[in-house]
Amino acid sequence: MELTDEQIHRYSRHIILPEVGGKGQKRLLSARVFIVGAGGLGCPVGYYLAAAGVGTIGIIDNDTIELSNLQRQIAHSTERLGMNKAESAKKTFEALNPDVKVTAIKERITRDNILDLIKGYDIVVDGSDNFPTRYLVNDACVLSGKPLVSGAILRFEGQVTTILPGDGHCYRCLFEQPPPPGLVPSCQEAGVLGALPGIIGGLQAMEVLKLILGKGEPLKNQMLIYNALTTTFRKVKVPKNPGCPVCGENPNITELQDYEADYCEMRF
Amino acid sequence: MEEIKPDRTINIKGLTCPYTFVKSKLAIEDMEVGEVLEIILDSEEASRNVPKSMEDHGQKVLKVEKVSDTDWVILVRKEKD
Repeated sequence: MELTDEQIHRYSRHIILPEVGGKGQKRLLSARVFIVGAGGLGCPVGYYLAAAGVGTIGIIDNDTIELSNLQRQIAHSTERLGMNKAESAKKTFEALNPDVKVTAIKERITRDNILDLIKGYDIVVDGSDNFPTRYLVNDACVLSGKPLVSGAILRFEGQVTTILPGDGHCYRCLFEQPPPPGLVPSCQEAGVLGALPGIIGGLQAMEVLKLILGKGEPLKNQMLIYNALTTTFRKVKVPKNPGCPVCGENPNITELQDYEADYCEMRF
Repeated sequence: MEEIKPDRTINIKGLTCPYTFVKSKLAIEDMEVGEVLEIILDSEEASRNVPKSMEDHGQKVLKVEKVSDTDWVILVRKEKD
């Protein structure tokens, strides 16, 4: 693959980086990334990956755009109220960069479809808003050996971690089971300040770009926690747990389970 | 200094920064270590910036020469991938 003159212009600020160059840009253009959720996190992740020229993006979301989403979900717009979020994200990303092929999947992600959905992709990004999906995505990535960049936000705090199955920790190494529904903040307690998903999603996008380029150090065996009110970043060590139920030495989770519990459907 | 024979020549007259360096970098990426790239350009600013950027990226600048009222010739040897 040769870069066209237009691509040389578009990606010139990548190409002049010693860590990227023309070769790195070609890697980005051939990369395939699957994003779970086209909400607060999925929007900025996909936006930046599309801008960077990540050639193939899959994005899944079954929800439609509501007015209350637009204070933080930047790939959507007022005129698209009622449109499916994955479809809206596809329009936005492809308008930004015609080099990028976006597949929008208007479905819920479940234990029955996830392995097929992520099969053709190199890296998975979790931008989901609930614990059942978070654990489903973690287990599916561990079982199929896919790198996963996981992010989460609530109120003024966010977290990011990069899971490299077989190499580093996974989500269950830290929290073996999802919290009981009573411990999860109720809908009334939940809220998020608009720019927070941009920061966490930006960090996730950067982790993805680093993985594709093979440069820098991924957030492996660690979790980065950001507090917006105090403007602090904290890195917490998350060692791989030999007793982890899915990636440990004797895992008892060897196939995907039923993850649906009676959770408040928080929409971030 | 004996005459150095370039392995590849690019003419990037008419281009300005940063595309002068972008084009030069893309050209040298496709070459083998030890080979010499000849760059012909007509931007005074680029005649200073391209050699500096090449050195920053670990390549060896062998020559920067003003060859006419408008043109410069730069020779760079590829030292690293």
